Amino acid sequence: MMLTWHTMQRPWVARAGVIVLLLCFWEAAARWWVDPMFVSPPSRVIASLPALFDTRGLPAALRVTLWELAVAFALSVAIGLAIGLAVGLQPFARKSFMPIVLLLYGTPQVTILPLFVLYFGIGPASKIVFGVSHGFFPIVMTVVAGVQNIKPILLTSAHAMGASRWQILRYVVFPHMIPSFFAGMRLAMTGVLLGVLLAELYVSTAGIGHFTTLFTQNFDPTRLLGLISVLAAMAIVLNEIVRRAELHFSRWHSE
Amino acid sequence: MSGNQGETRLASRAVQVAFLIALLVLWYLATTRWRVSPLLLPNPLVVLRDFWSILITGEFIGDLRVTLTEFVSAFGIAASLGLLFGYLIGRSQYRIQIFEPLFAGIYSVPIILFLPLYVLLFGLGPASKIALGATIGFFPIALNTIAGFGYVDRTLVIAANSMGASDLQLFRYVLLPAALPIILTGMRMGFTVALLSIIGSETIASLAGLGHRIVYLAEGMEMAPMFAYIAFVVAIAAILNTLVSALEARGRRR
Repeated sequence: MMLTWHTMQRPWVARAGVIVLLLCFWEAAARWWVDPMFVSPPSRVIASLPALFDTRGLPAALRVTLWELAVAFALSVAIGLAIGLAVGLQPFARKSFMPIVLLLYGTPQVTILPLFVLYFGIGPASKIVFGVSHGFFPIVMTVVAGVQNIKPILLTSAHAMGASRWQILRYVVFPHMIPSFFAGMRLAMTGVLLGVLLAELYVSTAGIGHFTTLFTQNFDPTRLLGLISVLAAMAIVLNEIVRRAELHFSRWHSE
Repeated sequence: MSGNQGETRLASRAVQVAFLIALLVLWYLATTRWRVSPLLLPNPLVVLRDFWSILITGEFIGDLRVTLTEFVSAFGIAASLGLLFGYLIGRSQYRIQIFEPLFAGIYSVPIILFLPLYVLLFGLGPASKIALGATIGFFPIALNTIAGFGYVDRTLVIAANSMGASDLQLFRYVLLPAALPIILTGMRMGFTVALLSIIGSETIASLAGLGHRIVYLAEGMEMAPMFAYIAFVVAIAAILNTLVSALEARGRRR
């Protein structure tokens, strides 16, 4: 009895207990109280996961979505880094253009989602561009903040010792930018996931948005919940990769 | 020195204004001189005229009412549940250790994924949007309330207790003032994401509302009114966000 009380006091045990309790509640609700047309119990969702992957075209749709996420993330980082350095390295450029960047960042991009589809079609291109529009702002912000925090004396002394522009970037600016840059990458991943998934849900022919619509219209909660779980797991893995990278590199910096 | 700084500020203002004017001029030239199809980019003057007529005729009122009603309900649910759970969890270190990682974990998943499920459960009407806005708004509010109440300086609490403060006094004079700034930040974050998700979910699947209106115009290729409505929604969002930021700043000062 003592022993169980002690294990209960460990937070992660209790946390697991809460999760199990919620799952049990969901299972009970889906089995006895709610119309099976709308909700499906977790046991059935998990059992039908193999069948979900047998759905014709679904593995390909997941691949398309993953590809869109990867391209959108890479473009966000590249564009964000370029704009961030261009705006951040010069105090005058920073003062002039940061308010414009902040203004654009503050406008709700979802309102122009239909425009992206009109311009870039209903294929992967519009999802990628929409994902980039969500992903590159955090990178710009953190790159500018990171560049701003470099002590001017470092830049001056590197300059005085005859470092070229590229050498200053490579040996002074980049190493100092890395922690905030990785924090920006984490935010960018969140943004890219949101942007790409929003665009997928809005209109999609080949990606997962097609299947969420299909399963919703067919009142097939088992496969819908399965697909949502798979996507959520994908998002968690992607976020975790970026978070680990951030931890790794910021530890390196502080040493 | 200060004169020099004033000059720089003036110069950067000039750059900003010039940038925006250049953008508008380019837009105007693209539609008139370079013959970009009005199906892709409408003439800015036509957009301005449509914007004005939308304001004058008041045809936006129906959609605005739908969107705002959904938003107010969603934010109300998110704020009351977020504050309640945040307070209950934040008052004990043990409960913080159990629930905070759980909430933070769910918050890191793109909650927009729940939208198809909510549409299945609650239909295409306002209910599914309210559910999504409430879910998305709940987490920043709850997490910040947990942080606010959870990390009040222990010395303050012990001091108040030893001086014989009642529970109510402790809450009113120690816990609340310490937690309020963080809670207000959470409320503002919840406000913004709830508003965005309401408009976003209206764009994806709905029967009415401002997001639905934009999609409807896009599908009809009515570009000028669509741009006008986009400007209208951006303006509404900007006004609401400015209002809530001002409220937050006021709440912090007290």
